[in-house]
Amino acid sequence: MPPSTLVLVGTTKGAFILSSDDARKEWTVDGPHFPGEAVYAMAYDQRAGRSRLLVGVHSNHWGATVRFSDDLGRSWSGPERQAIRFPESSGLSLAQVWQIVPGRPEEPDVVWAGVEPAALFRSEDGGESWAPVRGLLEHEHRPRWMPGGGGLCLHTIVLDPTNGERMAIAISTAGFYRTDDGGATWQPRNAGVRAVFLPDKYPEFGQCVHKVTHHPSRPERLFLQNHWGLYRSDDWGDSWQDVANGVPSDFGFAIQAHPHDPDTVYVIPIQSDEFRVVPGAQLRVYRTRDAGATWGALDNGLPQEHAFESVLRDGLAVDTHRRAGVYFGTRSGKLYGSNDDGESWTTLADALPPICCVKTAVLAPS
Amino acid sequence: MAVSVVLPRALTPYAHGLGTVQLDASCATVRDALGRVAERWPALVDRVLTEQGELRRHVNIFVGDESIAFLDGLSTTIDEGATITIVPAVSGG
Repeated sequence: MPPSTLVLVGTTKGAFILSSDDARKEWTVDGPHFPGEAVYAMAYDQRAGRSRLLVGVHSNHWGATVRFSDDLGRSWSGPERQAIRFPESSGLSLAQVWQIVPGRPEEPDVVWAGVEPAALFRSEDGGESWAPVRGLLEHEHRPRWMPGGGGLCLHTIVLDPTNGERMAIAISTAGFYRTDDGGATWQPRNAGVRAVFLPDKYPEFGQCVHKVTHHPSRPERLFLQNHWGLYRSDDWGDSWQDVANGVPSDFGFAIQAHPHDPDTVYVIPIQSDEFRVVPGAQLRVYRTRDAGATWGALDNGLPQEHAFESVLRDGLAVDTHRRAGVYFGTRSGKLYGSNDDGESWTTLADALPPICCVKTAVLAPS
Repeated sequence: MAVSVVLPRALTPYAHGLGTVQLDASCATVRDALGRVAERWPALVDRVLTEQGELRRHVNIFVGDESIAFLDGLSTTIDEGATITIVPAVSGG
């Protein structure tokens, strides 16, 4: 039976492609692709009849670029020259590709990339050539954006499926910014989000937002995992409310909305910024089903002692099956999966290189 | 003026498999030489220099037996018959 489900895993030493059928009980592991190169961004694009895997690769020696495959990784292509390039006038050089997001269905050739140093690039040919979004590249706040531990990275891209002029991004460390005019101008939207590391705890911008997620059916409702703080917005980021109700720590990186229910969200709390492992060395995913009013632990099948694990900002993903698959990868190279909304977990791989990102795809029938 | 630019194995695919690029054109500095290489093999030089024209952090270039890090960087002058060697730095994890 041909695979219907892909789990894409980027690691510090290459990319892996796991495939399974609808049951998602048996998995085939393929990789590494790009051995020795760090992969922080992966995406699968099946708009307009495409079947394209996009990967942001980073060689410690030779720099970063985007490669793609139209045959599920059997062969790779991409522009021979470095496709994502800062203009000379910016004085900036590409360090890493942190995020690749296919555009809206009605613009099937548009792909977005978030990079380090923090900038947003847009492709209008499926990811083969790229141009910077000038409104953000030349933002007046840029001189005051500061790199976090992972560098000054634009790691989150959130599209409004109902309004082609609206989208949002998040930068560590700058915060959450939104455009309502197609990228010409960008406004910080961080009211209510703490910056514990600054004298002013609630600045206009400068927060270390780790990740933001939402459900396309209710795009204005956003969930944000901060560098200390778990928040929800019901107005596209105009205001944020603390929803860390019952999690053992509100520090963490990964946050992911359920594929079918806009009030269901998963997080993986981390003990603290100084001790970046799961609380109590118990590996647990926390889920809310009421938009953050309450959170409950999911640990069936996960190690509950001596689990000194951490999960990075893009290390948690869901698939779109009716009974959602939930997947996460740890910095120690363990990949866990659930085929029942997170109720139970199995180990899909236990000795990969440190995992930087996990993405999924449910393949359209051919 | 003949100058040889010796490539590491990882970069030979960007020069149609050549291990050494021979330059016959005049070039006074390492930067000039890389500019000449880029005219023919731009993707190769993308991997050596950033888009701002700076040497990537984990790439070393030698003129003869000396690293340009201890000379004048990309402005290091080269003599006729010089051999420029591009080497990945000792780094990683």
